[in-house]
Amino acid sequence: MAFLNKYISDVFGAVRSLLKGMRLTGYYFTHRREIITQQYPDNKEQMHLPERFRGEVVMTHDANNEHACTGCTACELACPNATIKIITKFDISPEGKKKKALDTFVYHLELCTMCNLCIEACPTDAIKMAQTFEHSVTDRSQLTKKLNKPGSKIREGIE
Amino acid sequence: MIEELATTDAGEMVVNVGPQHPSTHGVLHLVITLRGETIRKVEPHLGYIHRSIEKMCESLSYRQFIYVTSRMDYLSSHINNHACALCVEKGLQVELPARAKVIRVLMDELTRLASHQLWWGAMAMDVGALTPFFHAFREREAINDIMEETCGARLTMNYMVPGGVMADLHPNFQKRVKDFIHLFRSKIDEYDELVTGNVIFRSRMEGVGRLSAADAISYGCTGPTARGSGVRCDIRKLAPYEIYDQLQFEEPLETGGDCFARYLVRMREMRQSLSIIEQLIDNIPQGDFQAKTKAVLKLPKGEFYSRVETARGEFGVYIISEGGMTPYRIKFRSPGFSNLSALDHMARGYKIGDLVAIMGTLDLVIPDIDR
Repeated sequence: MAFLNKYISDVFGAVRSLLKGMRLTGYYFTHRREIITQQYPDNKEQMHLPERFRGEVVMTHDANNEHACTGCTACELACPNATIKIITKFDISPEGKKKKALDTFVYHLELCTMCNLCIEACPTDAIKMAQTFEHSVTDRSQLTKKLNKPGSKIREGIE
Repeated sequence: MIEELATTDAGEMVVNVGPQHPSTHGVLHLVITLRGETIRKVEPHLGYIHRSIEKMCESLSYRQFIYVTSRMDYLSSHINNHACALCVEKGLQVELPARAKVIRVLMDELTRLASHQLWWGAMAMDVGALTPFFHAFREREAINDIMEETCGARLTMNYMVPGGVMADLHPNFQKRVKDFIHLFRSKIDEYDELVTGNVIFRSRMEGVGRLSAADAISYGCTGPTARGSGVRCDIRKLAPYEIYDQLQFEEPLETGGDCFARYLVRMREMRQSLSIIEQLIDNIPQGDFQAKTKAVLKLPKGEFYSRVETARGEFGVYIISEGGMTPYRIKFRSPGFSNLSALDHMARGYKIGDLVAIMGTLDLVIPDIDR
């Protein structure tokens, strides 16, 4: 008799515990406001990424097509993956003095792990992280980027 | 070679699980010797995702090597980074500002919560319940959003730097964390309702994969795996780092030693993490988030060791410095490797279906084991 009692109570206990779980599943099935799934890419316009999100390294240029990069290679030294390569040139100032300046800021997006160390290292805040994240391209060579815009030069007063 | 071993002389069958198998949570290869359905031996074969991170770190500077450790135990990336930063700070003898310490502990506990949430979902999925996986990921998404806002990334944050943290907290941080705590307090009860009390789940977990306290110690198990067997091993209690000695929390201990005990330890740990975050979130001191350090870090000649409690157990960083810009040798003591070594002992004598449940409660992260 004791065996039968235990058997029946086990069966009812099991059914109760299963119904408990099903009740929760049913609740979420009928309450649509609990759904947090984002319908990407349909919601691309409404999507909001936080301003600190690390998508890729970009160089900031102002309206006069001037940047703040002195070509000091601090970012190149800070990078753990050799993502950044800085090619410098020598500008001749009106007084006839030679001055080191940035020629090309090469950025290998395919090597970048978005660790933010270059941004931290930059003494003049010339580079920053952009919030773009759709980086797929059809050819790998397109991932090697030149960050300083053509014809851009260093802003006055930045040493 | 493996085909030759399909049956042994004693009439035992050899079955390969993995390296690509969903229940191993990564590229882990298990060679299982079976008699009928009963497990006689489990032999983990490692090395499929070995990236020689320790060797890589030897060519990186003390600022650079921290980011690589996020790629080991990617679910406790903050805590891994924390251990490395602590070890470098030990060598530099930098005193951290109070604010940096609190931010670090907050981030650690949020990471621990996110990791346990994912484990809970994956654990339930391993034993056959699919719905909890989506419930767990829903709450984990809230933590990921908080991380994204403050640290700039969702999984491999690289937020800890020697001397503090990389950036100050986002202005929304406190409000969002409070919202999350309020939300998760009710959801964790739902977790219990959905899975802990479930009769199928209980019968798959109770009495399965027993590990005695003595065996847990001799295999070097740490974290919830050892605490499920009643071994006190929480580094936050035993060797408090940062401000853990000033916080009120308890170390959850279960004495069962079976899968269900390990499950309960993690569930209770989630509640403890919530209470730690609650204690700190209104008491973040003002001040700097980073101590002043030199541009080029050089550790003095010597050996340095630091250890922290990750979501999986004790994580240690051992640095030998020759006085240069890069470490001479780095060794990581990862919790997953030691916990996995106990798998053979735990699984022997149980059925092959139980193996998945046992592995689920070990909470294995394969990149952490292989490095």
